[in-house]
Order: sequence, then C-alpha cells, then structure tokens
Amino acid sequence: MAMLEVRDLEVNYGAINAIKKISFDVNEGEVIALIGANGAGKTTTLHTITGLLKAKGGSVKFEGKELLKTPPHKIVEMGMAHVPEGRRIFQQLSVYKNLTMGAFIRKDKAGIEETLAKVYEKFPRLEERKKQIAGTLSGGEQQMLAMGRALMSNPKIVVMDEPSMGLSPLFVGEVFKIIEEIKASGTTVLLVEQNAKKALEIADRAYVLETGKIVLSGDAKDLMNDDSVKKAYLGE
Amino acid sequence: MKTLNTMNKTSKNNFITYGIVLAIFIFCAVYIETDMATFLFKGLMVPICVNVILAVSLNLTVGILGELSLGHAGFMCVGAFAGSFFSMMTQETLTSVWIRFPLAFIIGGLSAAFIGLLVGIPVLRLRGDYLAIVTLAFCEIIKNIMNNLYIAKDINGLHFAIGVGAYNEIEFDAASKQVLINGAMGITGTPNDSNYFWGFALIFITLIVILNLVNSRTGRAIMSIRDNRIAAESVGINITKHKLIAFVISAFFAGVAGVLYSHNLSSVIATKFDYNYSILVLVFVVLGGIGSMRGSVIAAIILTALPEFLRDIGNLSDYRMLIYAILLIAMMLINNNDYLHQMTQGVLGKFRLGKKSKKNEQEGVS
Ligand SMILES: Nc1ncnc2c1ncn2[C@@H]1O[C@H](COP(=O)(O)OP(=O)(O)OP(=O)(O)O)[C@@H](O)[C@H]1O
Ligand SMILES: [Mg+2]
Repeated sequence: MAMLEVRDLEVNYGAINAIKKISFDVNEGEVIALIGANGAGKTTTLHTITGLLKAKGGSVKFEGKELLKTPPHKIVEMGMAHVPEGRRIFQQLSVYKNLTMGAFIRKDKAGIEETLAKVYEKFPRLEERKKQIAGTLSGGEQQMLAMGRALMSNPKIVVMDEPSMGLSPLFVGEVFKIIEEIKASGTTVLLVEQNAKKALEIADRAYVLETGKIVLSGDAKDLMNDDSVKKAYLGE
Repeated sequence: MKTLNTMNKTSKNNFITYGIVLAIFIFCAVYIETDMATFLFKGLMVPICVNVILAVSLNLTVGILGELSLGHAGFMCVGAFAGSFFSMMTQETLTSVWIRFPLAFIIGGLSAAFIGLLVGIPVLRLRGDYLAIVTLAFCEIIKNIMNNLYIAKDINGLHFAIGVGAYNEIEFDAASKQVLINGAMGITGTPNDSNYFWGFALIFITLIVILNLVNSRTGRAIMSIRDNRIAAESVGINITKHKLIAFVISAFFAGVAGVLYSHNLSSVIATKFDYNYSILVLVFVVLGGIGSMRGSVIAAIILTALPEFLRDIGNLSDYRMLIYAILLIAMMLINNNDYLHQMTQGVLGKFRLGKKSKKNEQEGVS
C-alpha cells in the first residue's frame, strides 16, 4: 500500500471541472514530481489533498485514512506538511517566530528545539537572520523560511507547491538541493513544479498533468527522455 | 533566552497599560472621594468605563482577529437586558450587591457570548468579509426584538410576549402584576449598582483576560489567521475554532459592558443599542490604533469625555461638534502619519518606551 493514494479525484470550481478523475500514488521515501503548465490544476490538486479545497468525488488516502473528509489542521497532525504556493509566511513575525509557528501542533518542547536545530542546520541563512522580520527577507529567503516552517511539524510527507518559482538560478539550485536532503533524512516529498527539468532530475517518479488530467507517468529518468515531455516541458 | 526576552517586553508593555488604567483610577477616586469632582465628572465615570470595555473587546475582533464587526452594540444590548432582568428578578432574594452584581455580569456576559456563538458558527466558517454585514443585521434584529419584548410576572409566574397585541391578550392577576420588560419602554427599575469602582474593576478584568489571550498560544494562532490564512491553515491551526474563540470572548465582554451600562440608568431602552453606537465603538478602536488595546482605552476615554466637557465650557459649546471633529481628524493623522508616528516614537523613546511599543506594533500587540 502506498503512503498516499489518490483515486479518481475530481474537483470543480462552480461549473468548471478543474481536476478530472486523476489517480496517483506516493510511496514512502519517494520524491514524486507533479509537473504541468500554468493552469493545469497542480495547485488545485495539492489544496484538495491538504484539505483546503473540497473535492467533488474520488478518494485521497494517507496511510490508509481518508483525507477528503478530514479538516486541514487534522491533516497536519497526521503528518502531512504543506509548503503553499507563493511563500505564504507570516510577514510581521520574526524568522524565529515563523519557525515556531510551524510547530504549532506539537507540544514536546524538547523535540521542537531539536527540530529547530536541524532546520537551522539545513538553512544556515535562517539562523543568521532569526531575529529579522520575515516580510523583509528576500524572495529566496522567504521560500527557505516556508520550507523550514513546514519541516518544524516533523512531517512524514511534505507537499510543496512550486518552491522554485521566481527564484534566481542560484536559489533554484539550493531549493532542489534541500529537497534532496529532505528525502535523504527519510521524509517523503510530493513536489509540484513548472521547472520540469530540475524536478525530474531529483524525482524518483513523476506525473504529467494537462488541463486536469494525468497524461503521462513513469520513472523520472524515463520521462526526461520522453519526446513529448522534451518538447512540451524541457524546451528541447 | 530569546523567548524570555520577548516575553519580558510584552509583559512590560502590558504592565504599562495596566499602570495607565490604575493611575487614571487613582486620580478619579481621589478626585471624587474628596468631593472635588463636578456632577458631570461623576456622571461620566460609568459611561467611560462602559465604552472602554466595549472598545477593548471590539479590538479583539477587529484588531487581533482581523474581522470587521458592525454589531457590537447588539451584544451589549443582549448583556444589558439579560443582566437587568436577572437583577430585577433576584433583587429581593439576593440582597447583597457583592453577590448579585457579579452574577449579573456573568449572566449578561454569557448571554451575549451565547448569541455570539450562534452568529459566529455559520458566519466564521465562510471565507470572506461576511461578518460585517451579518453583525450589522444582527444588531438591528436584536434591537427590534428587544423593542417588542414584554415580560411581566404575577403570582402565576412569568409571562412572555412579543408585540404589544400579544401582551394585551395576557390575563394578569392585577394585584401581583409586575412588569419587567415593557417593549419599547424597555426595562425600568434595574438596581443602580454601577459605579466607577465596578467600572474600573471590570476594565482590569477585561484587559487581563484579553491581553493574556493575545499573548498566549491561542492568541498567536488567532493573529496568524489574520496575517495569512493559508499559512495558518498549512501549519495546522483550526481556523474556525480560533475565530470563534476570539469572537465569542469579544461578545462576552460587550455583554458585560451592557450590564454595567444598564445598572447605571433607571431605565434602558433597546433603541440605544443601534448602528450608531456600534460605529462609535469602532471609531474608538480605529483611532486608538487597530490591535492596540492601550490605544483603545485612551481613545474611548478621550472621545467619551471630550464632547461632554466641551458642552460645559460656556461659549465653546457652539463649536462642540466642530472641535470634536477636528480632534478626530487629528488623532487619525497622528495614528497614520509616518513622520508624526516616528516623532511620537522618538519622544517615547526618551522614556525608553519607544522601541518596545514599536516592536509590539509590528506583531500586532500592545
Ligand atoms: N478559485 C478558483 N475559481 C475558479 N477557477 C479556479 C480557481 N482557482 C483555480 N481555478 C482554475 O482552475 C484551473 C487550475 O488552476 P491551478 O491553480 O490548480 O493551476 P496550476 O497548475 O497550479 O497553475 P500554476 O502553475 O499557474 O500555478 C485553472 O484553469 C484556474 O483558472
Ligand atoms: Mg499553482
């Protein structure tokens, strides 16, 4: 049984059918990439999994438990962390307080300190700037903060929505390096990306989403050599 | 280390707020007890306390939760009527004001909180600014219900009626009939228990509860919803629950203010608790600084007292509303002008207060 099983998921915005019966699996320890163009439905899929949107039909099972009827805060408690699109950080709070907010569902003080130390180790920039007000961080640093905050809940799986969006090549490289580290530390990753090249480089498997449907799936390495993927997403 | 530091700063900041209220209380107590205070000054004490409690409690909804409420007077109305009703029913049995009055506050507060829960549950689940319009309508509905509510008792027990027609149809035992709530004439004969002592005691309780809430885990969760809803959801905060907590506590203290208000007057009518009153309280909050409890206290005091004192100053009374308006504009400018703001911060900084209040402002608390 896969850690996360999505079956025949359907999501509507009013009369618009944004997600049309998609199915995919995420196994424990994998990095899964969900790639697709603007408006393909990637954010919609993630928001439905994390409980921010209601589905019309289908099922999403996390470790055997149905998520579609679970409220978002319960989903976080079950071990799924969400790095939302567009660096949703708490602008007015310091870096440090943003990170502690990430551990909101946890009560084990010692454990939180331990996780904080690990997050600082992964993101030395955040430690340097821990007192800085988060809204004054650069775009790349804000993305690091959003990722660090998600790790603070000590999740089993992290879902990330376009972490490389709008970043300079240097920061893009760093973001993907950190995703690899997250995987190495044993956390599963579901990654939504428009940067298909980078995403396929680090992913184990990938799914290609086009206007609400999964049109291709397979090993990331195979997809990288697939002609249609090359043409549509890798610009070759 | 770091947490200890910031905690000290917030609690210091809170103690400054308590200190200001305590200083005003001592000043008023000395002034009144030594018989120096004018009739006007004494008469203003309870209304000022009522408005301070209203402003601080509304600031919890508007400043901390970040939702607009236009019906705070409606919750006050519920508290006023519930508290008065209780006091009139128990006047003879509970003769000690030290027991009866606190109970009236609790009952008035809980009634308002319960209504707040009923309003909040459907509305706060929704995304978007529905609360303003719903609270606005709620305030009107409560006002109209109270305006048409009749409660009277005789030896057969209590009789309720909505509308004067239904009321006139009730057959009373004439000898023992006592009207408790008389429709548009409101409620008459509430024991006059309110005074500035109770008023300040309640201001302190309101501030202690709300400032402690704001600086708690729950308070941080509430503010994070205001700052970024999706981020708050993504870290596992139960949005509806925390919104309800803030809104219901806010309604509770509006109800308490209503009890203080109704026990200060010989009769209370529902039309007092209208849209204008809700907006007046909102003006205190906005001018005092959204999210700043200390600002709400000061704005409520100044803006309640000033029009009355201006009325008293012989040839200035013609310009009363003009001066009031100018003051409103001046407060607005001071609050929103960066340059003036820096200047006041600079002056405060000389007393070593500047940095703290500035820092807390960024975090939405003071
Ligand atoms: N709130 C909404 N109401 C109506 N339609 C919406 C809403 N949100 C998204 N959509 C539509 O649903 C489709 C999928 O949107 P979604 O945000 O999931 O795309 P995406 O794959 O994340 O795109 P991008 O890469 O640009 O972020 C789009 O056509 C979009 O216009
Ligand atoms: Mg998207």
